[in-house]
Amino acid sequence: MNSLQIFVLVLAALFILLLPFSRTIAFKYGRFVLLLFVGTVMLMPFVWLICSAFKSTDAMSQYSFLPPVSKISSETINLGNFHTLLAPESTVQGPVTFWRYLTNSLFLASTLTIVSLFFSSLGGYALAKHRFAGRNLFMIYMLASMTIPGVVLLAPNFAVIWRLGWMDTYKALIVPGAVGAFGIFLFRQAMLSVPNELIEAARIDGCSEFRIYLQLIMPLVRPMSGAFCLISFMGAWNAFLAPNIFLQSQSKLTLPVVLNQYMGTYVQHYGVFLAGTLLAMIPPAILFFSLQKEFISGLTSGAVKQ
Amino acid sequence: MSESSIAKRAPIGWRLRSRSTPYVFLFPYVAINLVFFLLPLIYATVLAFYQTNGPARRAYVGWSNFTFVLKDADFHKALWNTTIFAIFSIGLQLPLSLGLAMLLNAKNDRFKGIFRLAIFAPNLVGQVFVGVIFSVLFTPRYGLFNRGLQALTGWGLEQQWLGDSKLVMPAIIIAAMWMYVGFNMIYFLAALQNVDQNLIEAAKIDGAGPGNIFLNVIVPAIAPVATFVVVTSTIGSYQLFELPYNMLKNNGGGYGPSNSGLTIVGYLYQNAFTNGDLGTGAAVGWLLTFIILIISLVQIRIVGSVGSEI
Repeated sequence: MNSLQIFVLVLAALFILLLPFSRTIAFKYGRFVLLLFVGTVMLMPFVWLICSAFKSTDAMSQYSFLPPVSKISSETINLGNFHTLLAPESTVQGPVTFWRYLTNSLFLASTLTIVSLFFSSLGGYALAKHRFAGRNLFMIYMLASMTIPGVVLLAPNFAVIWRLGWMDTYKALIVPGAVGAFGIFLFRQAMLSVPNELIEAARIDGCSEFRIYLQLIMPLVRPMSGAFCLISFMGAWNAFLAPNIFLQSQSKLTLPVVLNQYMGTYVQHYGVFLAGTLLAMIPPAILFFSLQKEFISGLTSGAVKQ
Repeated sequence: MSESSIAKRAPIGWRLRSRSTPYVFLFPYVAINLVFFLLPLIYATVLAFYQTNGPARRAYVGWSNFTFVLKDADFHKALWNTTIFAIFSIGLQLPLSLGLAMLLNAKNDRFKGIFRLAIFAPNLVGQVFVGVIFSVLFTPRYGLFNRGLQALTGWGLEQQWLGDSKLVMPAIIIAAMWMYVGFNMIYFLAALQNVDQNLIEAAKIDGAGPGNIFLNVIVPAIAPVATFVVVTSTIGSYQLFELPYNMLKNNGGGYGPSNSGLTIVGYLYQNAFTNGDLGTGAAVGWLLTFIILIISLVQIRIVGSVGSEI
C-alpha cells in the first residue's frame, strides 16, 4: 500500500466514524471531500501541462509534475521547449515562427467574433422588435436550419469555396461564419425584454433605426453580448476541421492545425507541443476570466426559463 | 397597436425606411445562409449521387455511394464506435454531471464558485488541445493517467491505452468525460436552482424521504432541461471527430490501431478530403443527418412520454 491509498482510506474511515454522531456533519464532510477530489482531478491536467512545458525531455519521463527541490536546476527545468517551439522554421513561404500562427489565430478569432457580434445582434433586433410579413415562417426556417448537423455541409461547402476561388484564404473561414441562426436567436431572446415604449420614444425623437439599435438596444443587452463574444471567440479559436481543410500555406495556418502537425514532428519531444498548447490556452483563458459571469448566464439562457 | 398609430403619423419617407428596416438588418443572414447553407444543402443532395475526384471532376453513379458506404466495413466500425461513445456520453457522463450539480447545489457554500470553476475549466480548452494533452497523459509508464491509476489501484502503469485497439474507445470516453462533464453540469445546476424550494419543503413536511423527493419533485422539475441536455449531447456525440483525431495522431494516423478510434465524421473526412471523393462524403453526411434525426425524435418521444406520466 502506498501513501495515496492510505490517505483515501483515512478519508473514508473519517466519514464512517462521523456518521453515528451526526448525519448532517458526516454528509457535509463527504460532500466536501468528493468535490475536492473531483476538482483536483479536473485541475490536475492543467497543473501537469504547466509543469511539463518547462521540463526537459529527461525530466519529463522521470517526474510526474516538478522534480524535488534538490533536483531543480537548469538541467531539469528550463525554457528549452519554448526555444525549440519559437524558433523559425523554413517553409515554402519563407521562415515562419510560432508567433505567426498565434497572430493568425488571434486575427481570425477576433475578426469572426466582431463580425458575427454585429450581424447576429442586428438580425436579433429585427426579429425581436419589428413586425414584417413572413416573420414567423422565417423563424421556423431558421430553427429548422439549426437542426441540420454541420457535417452534412462539409463536402459541398468545400466545392462552393473552391468554385468561389477562396481556397487558402481567410475569407473561406470568415464569410460563412459571419452570422448564424444561433446567434440571432440568442440576441432576439435578450432583446425581447427591452420595453417597446423606450424604442417608440426614440423613434418619435427622430432616431434612425440603426441608431436605436446601436445606442439604445446594444448597451441594454451587454451581458448577452459578452456571452456571445466568448462563445464565438472560443469556437473560432478552437476550430480545427474547417481551417485544416481550407488553409494550405504553412504561413496562414492557425494554432490547432499547427499543433496537430507538431505532434507528428516532435513525437519524441512532446514538451515542445505541450508548450505550444499552453501558449494557445492563454488568450481564451484571459477572455473567460473577464467575461465569466456573462458566459454562464448566456449558456443557460436558452435552456432554462427564468 | 401603438406601433402602427405612430407609423401613420410619420412622414411617408420615414415609414418606408422603417418598413424596410427588418429586411435590411436580416439581409446579411439571408445572403450568407443562401450561399453557405441552402445552396450547399441542395448541392449535397446532388453530390451524393456522384463520384468525384476533388471538386473539379465528377461522374454520376446513382445510389452506389450509399450502397458502398452501407456495405463498407470501415463505416460499420465508425458507426459502432460512435454509437458506443454516444451511449457512454448519455449513460455515464450525464448522470455524473447531474450528480455533481446536486453536490454543488447547496445553500451557503463559500467554495461553490471555486468548485464550479474547477469542474468547468476543461471546457475552456478545445477538443484539439484536449486531444494533444491526453495523447501524452495516456503514455505507458510516463503518462500522468497511467501513474495516477497505478498509485490509486496498484495497476495500469505499463498499460497501452492508445496503442491497444480494445482500450482506444475507453480512453476517448475518459478524455471526453473530463472535457464535458462540467459543461453539462452547468445546465443541470441552473435547472436545480430553479426548482421551487417550497415544493421540497412541503414534500418534507409530508414525510417524503430524499429518494422520494428526488423522483417526484426534482426529476419532473428538471425534465425539460434534461431533455435538452440529452438531445444536444447525442447530437454532439455523433459528430465526434477532433478529439480522437488529435489524440490518436501518433497512433494509426488519427484513427487508432485498426481503426479502433474511427468515428463517422472521421470516416467522412477520410473519404471526402483524404481520398478526394466529395460524393461519398456527401452521402455519409446525409446518412449521419438521418441517424441523428431519428435518434433525437425517439429521445424526445421517450422523455416526453415519461414526463407526461409524472
